[in-house]
Amino acid sequence: MSISRDAFNFVRELVHAESAIVLEPGKEYLVESRLLQLARQAGHDGVDGYVAHLSERRPSAGLRQVVEALTTNETSWFRDVDPFNTLKNTVFPALAANRTDRRLRVWAAACSSGQEPYSIAMTANDTPALAGWKVEILATDLSEEMLTKARAGEYSQLEVNRGMPASSLVRHFTRSGLNWRLNPAITQQVTFRQLNLVRPFPPMGRFDVVFLRNVLIYFDLPTKRDILRRVRQVMAPDGHLFLGAAEMTMGVDDAWERVPAGRSSVYRIREEQRACVPW
Amino acid sequence: MRALVVDDSRAMRRIVGRILTDAGFEVQEAGHGQEALDLLTEHDTPPDLACIDWNMPVMDGLEFVTEVRSRPEWRSITLMMVTTESEQSRIVRALAAGAHEYLIKPFTADALQEKLDLLGLVPLTAGDLA
Repeated sequence: MSISRDAFNFVRELVHAESAIVLEPGKEYLVESRLLQLARQAGHDGVDGYVAHLSERRPSAGLRQVVEALTTNETSWFRDVDPFNTLKNTVFPALAANRTDRRLRVWAAACSSGQEPYSIAMTANDTPALAGWKVEILATDLSEEMLTKARAGEYSQLEVNRGMPASSLVRHFTRSGLNWRLNPAITQQVTFRQLNLVRPFPPMGRFDVVFLRNVLIYFDLPTKRDILRRVRQVMAPDGHLFLGAAEMTMGVDDAWERVPAGRSSVYRIREEQRACVPW
Repeated sequence: MRALVVDDSRAMRRIVGRILTDAGFEVQEAGHGQEALDLLTEHDTPPDLACIDWNMPVMDGLEFVTEVRSRPEWRSITLMMVTTESEQSRIVRALAAGAHEYLIKPFTADALQEKLDLLGLVPLTAGDLA
């Protein structure tokens, strides 16, 4: 069982056109495994027949499902641990010392099923310097299906097992049948909204912290450069950008500088570039 | 780094032990809390981590955690419950008794690895030393 070259190329071009994500040759197994369930739900025996149907009829819902199936990824709570320790111990206290309005805004730019923005909300709750502050988190993703799950704020036992400290689980969740439901104090801090990073950003205001972790790795260089440039435009001049461990701005958009923070690093707009930010 | 897996199920000891071995731990096993206490007493150096089931014959996991926490010479051991007990009140009870983490069965290897990351228990591998 393997996907035909034509079917793979169709899916590859579709995903690139809609999300700018590059599926390199060799990713046939990924396409096949992610699309097999969709194919069967649509009454096809295999992926080739399903993709042939999509390429002939081009149903918008079916095409969107294919893009979503290939652009959503597994996620865990407090992923990689260190960035959240840095947020709590270094970034939030530094911003708190610089703000008089007791208000911070954070953008989680590829939030998937919600674990990242909710982890940020729990971290803000556990940061002593932010006691009594209003921390607003905007969480965006390409996938409406993921956003629906994220908004529900309810997770299975297997999902909360993934990286959630037991102390956070008992403080911020309530058992709901076999699942765990986040408490309103956390969910109320997060607003979810559909957004395609490749397209121009809608009006969103400016952010003190942006999480853009493990997203850029999927894009080609011009797209990475364009996204990082536009993130600068929605970032407060003294804001902090978090990228994934395998990502960097060097050689992509050099208006950012990497700054060691705690046991990880954050990216900040270079001092001389801050004047260029339009406000 | 050394780990002690305390569980009355041999299959579960093997599963947890295998994941910990892959993560770089040297693993010892015990079938219940009393056997685990005996092992700790026999060794001069305590293990870095103990993964403990709740429901076991002779001595259960909560009693074991309470006993370990009462002994200053075993204060350095990181204690993680690994159990099917999933009620919120149980987790609170285990943390209050001195457990550092709590992992509910069933779990994936990734979930156990992420708990080790949370606890800062990342053994050095041969690759790290090269």
